[in-house]
Amino acid sequence: MCVTGAFLAILKRDLVLAARAGGGGELALVFFLTLVVLVPFALGPDLNLLSRLGPAILWLGALLAVLIGLDRLFQHDEEDGSLELMRMSPLPLEGAVLAKGLAHWLTTGLPLALVSPLLGLLVALPGEAMLPLAATLLVGTPALSFIGAAGAALAASLRRGGLIVPVLVAPLTIPVLIFGVSASNAALGGTVPFRTPFLILTALSLAAVAVGTLAAAAALRQPE
Amino acid sequence: MTQTPVPNLRLHVENLSCRRGGRLIFEGVSLSLGGGEALALTGRNGAGKSSLIAMLCGRLRPDGGSIRIDGADEAELGELSHLVGHRDGLKTALTARENLAFAQDLLGSPAASPEAALAAVGLAHASALPVGYLSAGQRRRVALARLLVSRRPYWLLDEPMSALDAASQAMLAGLMRDHLRAGGAILAATHGPLGLDARELRIGP
Repeated sequence: MCVTGAFLAILKRDLVLAARAGGGGELALVFFLTLVVLVPFALGPDLNLLSRLGPAILWLGALLAVLIGLDRLFQHDEEDGSLELMRMSPLPLEGAVLAKGLAHWLTTGLPLALVSPLLGLLVALPGEAMLPLAATLLVGTPALSFIGAAGAALAASLRRGGLIVPVLVAPLTIPVLIFGVSASNAALGGTVPFRTPFLILTALSLAAVAVGTLAAAAALRQPE
Repeated sequence: MTQTPVPNLRLHVENLSCRRGGRLIFEGVSLSLGGGEALALTGRNGAGKSSLIAMLCGRLRPDGGSIRIDGADEAELGELSHLVGHRDGLKTALTARENLAFAQDLLGSPAASPEAALAAVGLAHASALPVGYLSAGQRRRVALARLLVSRRPYWLLDEPMSALDAASQAMLAGLMRDHLRAGGAILAATHGPLGLDARELRIGP
């Protein structure tokens, strides 16, 4: 009972912090918007090229947008001593990581997935691909949050860990990127049914949530 | 104010030693702390007072010696203790009340309500202010109010008097006396007097 309370307390606190000014909740969204708005200008007026690249652009934008604020996931808590409090809670650190990862996804991955159909218009994505693309982002972004959580936990006690987190995390997100884009492309037609890469993406996400949580908690638990 | 029912807990530390960066910080530190007792940990800067407290919380691995608790099987000292260290553990964007409510939910065993705890440290008026607006001494008092929102027998305090004015120091001494009377135990690293009857353990040269 008190363990559930602690889990919900962390989740609620992180959501409130992200919503308050300067919480960084909107950073990912603004970055995503900027990237997707700029790419069509860089590619030029070839509409066919743009719509072929559309899913890749949206997925790359989402991936980078999630990575951008990730280093702060545990670092702020480490610096101000909140992480010390979480270590002293009856809630196992795995639970704390799960709550923080979930809050991170709710404030970055979920909004990205929700606005992606809108941004699909900017990259000339055909109408029938909008919903599948949003669906791939919806099930794929939890993987990014939780793979990222493991990286962020490793870098939590490093004072300038900001640079090392994307370097650690980016290679591990490549499978998610591949299957995310291929599922979106499959929705546009082709020989592969949408279901196949989409289910693999879902599996990647579920595995990342489980493994990422355990790995991050192990990294945070490590005594100095 | 907080009635802390303490089972027969006794903390035993034997022959603890600590090395950091290959340098010996302290060795042969032994102590024993049970309900109703207070221990003032003294020593010059860098003597290892904070390191000792970090070891008790499990944040630092001892390089020798043992830490164990009678009367609590398998329970880690971390879950029986409150820690108020150099870092206040507060979020500046949240109000004082929200910070304490979070700590209460996180730590479990609720005791005083956040409002009552803030009143006890003389900050009832600041309950709805974001902690970022408070001064260093006021933040420290909010962090100390955490001791009251959740019931835990051991208080591990790392220089609790720092940044506090004379009135607040007296207030903290009162809170600590209440805790001892209720059967709790206190280990405080300090440079000045704690304002209560405490044994002294000096570490380092």
